Amino acid sequence: MKYIYDLHKTMLRQSLILVYEGEFNQEVTKSVLAMAERNMDSFGEDGSIKRKVFNVMVESLQNICKHAESFDVETYGKNNAIFMIGKHEDEYIITSGNAMPNIRVPDISEKLERINGLDKDGLKELYKSIIKTTEISTKGGAGLGFVDMARKSGQKLRFDFEPIDENLTFFSLKATISRSGKGGE
Amino acid sequence: MEKVHTPGTEDTPQVILDKDGAIFDISGRSLPEDAAEFYEPIIAWIEQYQKQPNATTNFLFKLEYFNTASSKLILDVLSALEEVDGAKVVWYYHEDDEDMEEAGQEFSELVDVPFEFKTY
Repeated sequence: MKYIYDLHKTMLRQSLILVYEGEFNQEVTKSVLAMAERNMDSFGEDGSIKRKVFNVMVESLQNICKHAESFDVETYGKNNAIFMIGKHEDEYIITSGNAMPNIRVPDISEKLERINGLDKDGLKELYKSIIKTTEISTKGGAGLGFVDMARKSGQKLRFDFEPIDENLTFFSLKATISRSGKGGE
Repeated sequence: MEKVHTPGTEDTPQVILDKDGAIFDISGRSLPEDAAEFYEPIIAWIEQYQKQPNATTNFLFKLEYFNTASSKLILDVLSALEEVDGAKVVWYYHEDDEDMEEAGQEFSELVDVPFEFKTY
């Protein structure tokens, strides 16, 4: 049973206020959002910070709903993934991790590199150029999620790919939101 | 025209489309799982309305939050309003919500409809 204590210590060390591991869908998304909102309300978080956190959370959670692939559907369910929020003195850290097919890695990686290479105005232009031309995908996405997360975060999106097997890669994404009201750059 | 009044939920906005009462209003939160499914009837309604619109149409957006899939569909709603003679968008944002103000400004740069900005 030591894993419980270990997990507890890890959560405290990372200042995690919320961890959800399991299958993701719209109902889970709404519940996680409601919990995080209540948590932020409970200590009177500033409205604009709260909105940014909420915004990044929604895009992150809905990305998972739309794109997460399970390693093993029978054991883990369909959209198995992990989502976490860390609250530190000066920032919130919103992280997600999910499996994706290897073939999607270059595309995702390229998209994120491109976004991270842009400043505030560059992101705004990219957003406007995508929204003008995009069509809603069969999965219901507009292709704007990462750009929007980067804009609301005001800082670089951190990401990592960990190989799972010959078909799948574990994709981790981390967005930071400053609590001082100023974005990075 | 048939009046539309859809109450808001935790992930969809309230929608009022009322030609006779001259109320056109989308307000609240918009983060539905399927944004296209939610917004398509609104766009269809406007396309119908555009054939015989009121002399003026003040279309209110008072959104607290919308996700990126909704933003694409909101742009489609605004594009439909481009075709409505006498249409104006009234874009409300919370007075300390710079992101919502900026979102409205960006939309106004993307479509050919007059925008009026108001805070609440």
